[in-house]
Amino acid sequence: MSIDKGVSPEAASSGRAAGASPIEFRLDAASGVPTYLQLVHQVEHALRLGFLEPGDQLPKVRDVVAALAINPNTVLKAYKELETKGLAAGRPGQGTFIQATLSQVTLPELTGLHRALLGWLADAGAAGLDEDGMVALFTSALRDFRGDRSHYRRSGHASRSGQADRGGTASGETEGVA
Amino acid sequence: MTMNVIEASGLGKRYGGTWALRNCTLAIPAGHVAALVGPNGAGKSTLLNLATGLAAPSAGGITVLGGRPAGSPAALDGIAFVAQDTPLYKNLSVADMLHVTRNLNRHFDQPYARARLDELGIPLKRKAGKLSGGQQAQLALTLALGRRPRLLVLDEPVAMLDPIARHDFMATVMTAMAADGVSVVLSSHVLAELERVADYLIVLSRGQVQMAGEVDDLLASHRMLTGPAAEVDSYAGRPAVHARRGDAQAHLLVRAAPDDPVPPGWEAHPVGLEELILTYLREPGAAALPGPSRGRGTQPSEVAK
Repeated sequence: MSIDKGVSPEAASSGRAAGASPIEFRLDAASGVPTYLQLVHQVEHALRLGFLEPGDQLPKVRDVVAALAINPNTVLKAYKELETKGLAAGRPGQGTFIQATLSQVTLPELTGLHRALLGWLADAGAAGLDEDGMVALFTSALRDFRGDRSHYRRSGHASRSGQADRGGTASGETEGVA
Repeated sequence: MTMNVIEASGLGKRYGGTWALRNCTLAIPAGHVAALVGPNGAGKSTLLNLATGLAAPSAGGITVLGGRPAGSPAALDGIAFVAQDTPLYKNLSVADMLHVTRNLNRHFDQPYARARLDELGIPLKRKAGKLSGGQQAQLALTLALGRRPRLLVLDEPVAMLDPIARHDFMATVMTAMAADGVSVVLSSHVLAELERVADYLIVLSRGQVQMAGEVDDLLASHRMLTGPAAEVDSYAGRPAVHARRGDAQAHLLVRAAPDDPVPPGWEAHPVGLEELILTYLREPGAAALPGPSRGRGTQPSEVAK
């Protein structure tokens, strides 16, 4: 196993070993979500929760492949997707690094939204809905919301890119950033 | 234009009066993990044996690694093959197996093989037959990779292994691919496993190629439509590969692009690899093949049911 000599200034300043990534990937075979998308989602999730910050290195392709026994092309595809989204950038001979944050919402705002959602959940529970019912309702409402928004986007504005549409229909997953 | 690691044209193999493989035409591009799936007796092992030169075709031709005739010295130099049940000389020690393999091959990377065995904790003095199943598979794989092939062919590599040994075996294969750019062609019955490793798929059925292509393309060009059973017959938008029908609700697997409109009253879902493969295997008349006839909904060989 070769070790990269290049030390990114960010990694060095954060006291992390060269080439080490703050995150590890895992796979849920039963989720039905394509493997590359699982990797993309985990990076986005880690960004939202602050486990990843700009300058952090993503796990090396070879390490991911060795740990999860997945096709290297799958990891490359996930990293390319993150680059397309502007969240990561490849540095030749070093690896792929985070270059943007995902969360444009401030912490107090998030806390407020969280509290509002808890209020809604309490209402739903009081109305007799169980947890599965809440999830189903939320998912259905999210789908409507997504439909309205893409309709609005298509009729009102020029669609930002064909990619957002493709991601929405092909995988059934939202792009998160809008 | 990438090189094809296996290219067959009108390929056939007859054992006695039975065709194990018939009129097989395919091209597997380099840089993939290509999975060969199909029911028992579909011709998977026959195709791999022909590609590695262990059998000679009865009809048609097959080349490997960009046009080298299968079985020729030039072809053999670039291919490593691990057969079903990972054959080893059970009475030889691991060190002796290394020695034999080095002497039987024109090129063999002894330091690489030793380092790998060391990493795996496989003792050189132990007899091959005394190793665990997982270790035997890893030894066979190490001997194959030590030849530094451009193409690694694996026939049912993980069928006999426990889950951890299976994972470790595939991790070794995938690491070789990431580190050295080895192309991989493997046959497997373990569909769930394929979802993680394969990015190119060939479905064989009754000795013929039924479906072939990049996994992403195949998944993107198929959708499951769920809607009222009464409308199945009038649903003429796309040729259906397969229909499952209840009294009220029906599921149709159709070939369609992701941005194709969904008829009112119907819901579209993406299909997984396992579901796609199973559906095609149950529908031997349906075909999804690359080539000039590619394109949506134009396959004359598709059956609407």
